[in-house]
Amino acid sequence: MAEADQKEKEEEKEKTTVTVTLDGQDIEAEPGELVIAAAERHGTYIPRFCYHPRMREVGMCRMCIVEIDSGRGPALQPACMAPVADGMKVDTESARTKKAQDGVLEFLLINHPLDCPVCDKGGECPLQDQTLAFGPGESRFVEEKRHFEKPIPISDLVYLDRERCVLCDRCTRFADEVAGDPLISFIDRGNHTQVNTFPDDPFASYFSGNTVQICPVGALLARPYRFRARPWDLDQVESTCTACSVGCRIAVQSSSNRLVRKLGVDVDPVNWGWLCDKGRFDFEAVGSDDRLGAPLVRAPGAEDLAEASWSQALAAAAEGITRARIRRGPESIAVLGGARGTNEDAYAWSKLARTLLGTDSVDAQMGDGLPAEAVVGLPRATIDAACAADTILLLGPDVKEELPVLYLRLREAVVERGATLVELSPVETGMTRYAEASLRYRPGEVTELVRALVDESAAVGDSERPGGLAPASAVREAAALLRRGSLVCLLGRPSLAEPAQPVVDAAGVLLDALPETTFLPVLRRGNVAGALDMGLAPGLLPGRIGLDQGRPWLAREWEALPGGRGLDAQGIITAAAEGRVGCLVLVGADPLADFPDRELARRALAGAGFVLAVDCFLTDSSRRADVVLPAAAFGEKSGTTTNIEGRVSRLHQKVTAPGTARADWMIAAELAFHLGGDLGFDSVDTIWDEIERLAPSHQGLTRARLASPEGFDGIVAGTVHDAETHGGPPSMAQTDSPGIQGALAHTKVDTLASSAMGTADKPDPSSGLAMQPPDPSGGGGGGTGTVAGRPAVLRWTPGPSAGGPPPLDRYSLRLVTSRRLYDDGTFVHHSPSLAPLAPGARLGVNPADLAPLGVGTGARVQVTSGRGRVVLEAVADPGVPQGSVALAWNQPGPGAADLIDVTLAVTEVRLETLSVPAPTSGRGSDA
Amino acid sequence: MGRLTSENVELAREIIDRYPRSRSALIPLLHVAQEQDGWVSTEAMSHIAELLGLTPVEVLGTASFYGMFKREPVGRYVVSVCTNISCLLLGGEELLEHCEARLGVKAGATTPDGVFTLEDVECIAACTDAPCLQVNYRFFLNITHDEVDRLLDDLRAGRRDEEVPPHGTLTRVRPRVPAERWSGHGAEGLPVLPGQSR
Ligand code: SF4
Ligand code: SF4
Ligand code: FES
Ligand code: FES
Repeated sequence: MAEADQKEKEEEKEKTTVTVTLDGQDIEAEPGELVIAAAERHGTYIPRFCYHPRMREVGMCRMCIVEIDSGRGPALQPACMAPVADGMKVDTESARTKKAQDGVLEFLLINHPLDCPVCDKGGECPLQDQTLAFGPGESRFVEEKRHFEKPIPISDLVYLDRERCVLCDRCTRFADEVAGDPLISFIDRGNHTQVNTFPDDPFASYFSGNTVQICPVGALLARPYRFRARPWDLDQVESTCTACSVGCRIAVQSSSNRLVRKLGVDVDPVNWGWLCDKGRFDFEAVGSDDRLGAPLVRAPGAEDLAEASWSQALAAAAEGITRARIRRGPESIAVLGGARGTNEDAYAWSKLARTLLGTDSVDAQMGDGLPAEAVVGLPRATIDAACAADTILLLGPDVKEELPVLYLRLREAVVERGATLVELSPVETGMTRYAEASLRYRPGEVTELVRALVDESAAVGDSERPGGLAPASAVREAAALLRRGSLVCLLGRPSLAEPAQPVVDAAGVLLDALPETTFLPVLRRGNVAGALDMGLAPGLLPGRIGLDQGRPWLAREWEALPGGRGLDAQGIITAAAEGRVGCLVLVGADPLADFPDRELARRALAGAGFVLAVDCFLTDSSRRADVVLPAAAFGEKSGTTTNIEGRVSRLHQKVTAPGTARADWMIAAELAFHLGGDLGFDSVDTIWDEIERLAPSHQGLTRARLASPEGFDGIVAGTVHDAETHGGPPSMAQTDSPGIQGALAHTKVDTLASSAMGTADKPDPSSGLAMQPPDPSGGGGGGTGTVAGRPAVLRWTPGPSAGGPPPLDRYSLRLVTSRRLYDDGTFVHHSPSLAPLAPGARLGVNPADLAPLGVGTGARVQVTSGRGRVVLEAVADPGVPQGSVALAWNQPGPGAADLIDVTLAVTEVRLETLSVPAPTSGRGSDA
Repeated sequence: MGRLTSENVELAREIIDRYPRSRSALIPLLHVAQEQDGWVSTEAMSHIAELLGLTPVEVLGTASFYGMFKREPVGRYVVSVCTNISCLLLGGEELLEHCEARLGVKAGATTPDGVFTLEDVECIAACTDAPCLQVNYRFFLNITHDEVDRLLDDLRAGRRDEEVPPHGTLTRVRPRVPAERWSGHGAEGLPVLPGQSR
């Protein structure tokens, strides 16, 4: 029996590969694999221009022509178009192959200007390299070459030199297939084929920079890099992008100690080699002249901040902290921020706050995310798992705007592999066109919609509109999609104009009804997931454990821990505004820009006793601090970062920080000395070792593993000790078939999720929003079991959901606000190429709501809420449902933050016209 | 001028419905635009893109492949004189020069009154009747200089309107396709792939 099984298995194994003779050697290839890929896996590089493993093959350039014999005699065929077949013979070195390669290269160079000396690509150019390796050496062509105007801008970020183009179709395929923005195309096909845009319709894609990276010649040029360096002068390190929390793997390159370029690195579980333009080009801010290079101190009573030495500044900071601690107690100290640095930075600040500052009032989010317990405690999915799920439920902000490369992955899952997308959102998003069902809800009423979708006992009447907008029939259709198989929910804040509570309640309802659901948090700030894992949230300690369960475990190594749960960002800011905060520490936090309620943030900064800011730039908030300590930025420090999946990957230093700026963790360690203590850290490595030792979710995630090939893709924390019980760490080996790996990852996470059910007592999800620390016996719950003395990581289970939907005010419109890729964030603001791309605060209004005002797109309207009043340009937008208005978050100038009152369940606004009706812009009618 | 008129939008919708994939209607719609304006403007291409759910540059990519879609305004009559080998041997070049002299413009240009655009073209597949030319793609075979003079005079005077409609009009009788033959309809229609608009 066993023998028969064995035999069968062997036969099956035989069937799963095909044998091909490559230059006389037999090799094994996957069925369906292309000759060019199989040869490369076995060490034979076949030259190519158009072939790209992440895009469909087109056979455009003919560079990969080799002699292939499939049984009917050898013939020249493009290796990128020929799938392997059993018994196939491939000759990449025959005289005919050589002649073909010579011919193709001579032909490609006929119209190529050969201006290598002034070309960005020169030195790393596949056309140069392959001409040298496979080309004819000389051309017979003496006629005039084609001429085009030298580089033309095809977008704000990319130039195109059509003379250099070899028409490989990579950029155009990328734009269409991968980005879904087919804004460049071959035009004038024939002798004058060129890549171009439509007149006055630029290649304004969030992903345009990828075309520069994949162009095999110097035809596409990135404005921020053009003429900035020569490849042979570049120095590079492997790193991870921290512009958002997707955590794309990258190579960071510098020349003369300045960052000049970021390139995407292809890893299967995350970015597949792609980057978004913000991630790619925001390095400009790192080298900005506006960077802080020296500490600043405001002398008592003085108006302005003045430069000071580190010892003066640290002494002043320590004094401010100590005074607050002695006079008003350690609970009066609060720390905001920490989501923009490394895990090591976050851990050091978490430890400093809990021990020497003595406070639990710490929060890495700015009241713009989700309650930390939910983020760390919900059963977590990976990106692969989300993409491999039968149904993907979107319940968060616009993924295209917030986590662009995640959008690429999801788009691929839908378009190429037929995944089903169900979207619940207050307005249309960049994902809507890919959704099988996209349901609108009225702001504040998402819980009702989710209940109608998943709660089978809540029968939806035909005339009902759960969530205020979606018709019953659409809800029923979407409900069926959710029960079609595996389900992954992308959870975030669809709008900052309402609290997180309805979303969290919705997640609870979902988890109650469909307990196998796993979640991928949609939070933007670069290391927000890592900061929460490191305990930068009230009631949470490093390693995803609650304060109370963690106390006995951590107390062995950390000195004292705060007695009770502290305040979250909203609690801190409210308390500061009421004069109850003696010392406010801003670790890369800018509440005036990021906190949803600017009026409250303004009062908080005025009302806080002593303000210490650690920042790369002077922001609106840090300008008001008493002491500002200059921090090292991305590229200037090493460590690790954690993405939304919990995937930990490494960052490396490439350039030196300006002046005396230093890493956040170093500042925390120095400050500890000035406070008379010692965090015990002298390098990022010592911090990581402590994290691995003390943080239960990170156990086994050793430095050695992170530095190994396995760690190249990043390693998902929280799955590690689970894997140990199964006899080994999860394998993250690279595979050419991401789909397969995705499926495996999904099973793994699913198991985790179901085992999470039914544990322990429920933390009160609303406790994060309480103004006063709740009774410690009542909240902060989680697992009770321990692994070798370690507390188990927290499991979030839904609490009772807060009341019903807010009452409807028929005379007002409800505000929806969420981020755009380009905004007034510090790094975009200080990147000259990106800052102008911020779209500005314009108010999207349903045409039917705009019409009664007698105005159209372009009109100035006054928007009034209970909190404030701003004047904005209105845009007629049918993607915004009647009764709501949409506004991009954090754009330059006044905006949504001036309208929001965080204590209210929704933000109601009224519109008044200011100007004479502007003519409706756009196209006139036919007549 | 520019965007399609409401009647043409209606026609466009009908044409789109005939195909299982809306993109297949691209060339027919370019003809509708060219018939409307005599040429295909950028506004028309944008409008077609809107109707088909494409980006304008995808429309341009196709439109610019076909020399017979004019992306600059042309005269009411486009006179295409063949100068390829058979016609060349039988006086095609001379015929072109004669037209140039007669119309007062060089090949590639339009007369100031906007009536004629003159162009030289490669073989138009009428070699047996060389030398030859086309006016708005209607053949005039084995033509002499005198006949050309008469033809141009007649055209200018409107005496040939029946035979030669203005540039862009493919045919005066538009074939209608009965709805049951539209392949975009019914269960037999091709499956719509995820992410693909019909
Ligand atoms: S611009 Fe570059 S990527 Fe695009 S077709 Fe030309 S050579 Fe290929
Ligand atoms: S998606 Fe996020 S991590 Fe990836 S390149 Fe863009 S900003 Fe960086
Ligand atoms: S790489 Fe095969 S044809 Fe271009
Ligand atoms: S050469 Fe003139 S029609 Fe063929």
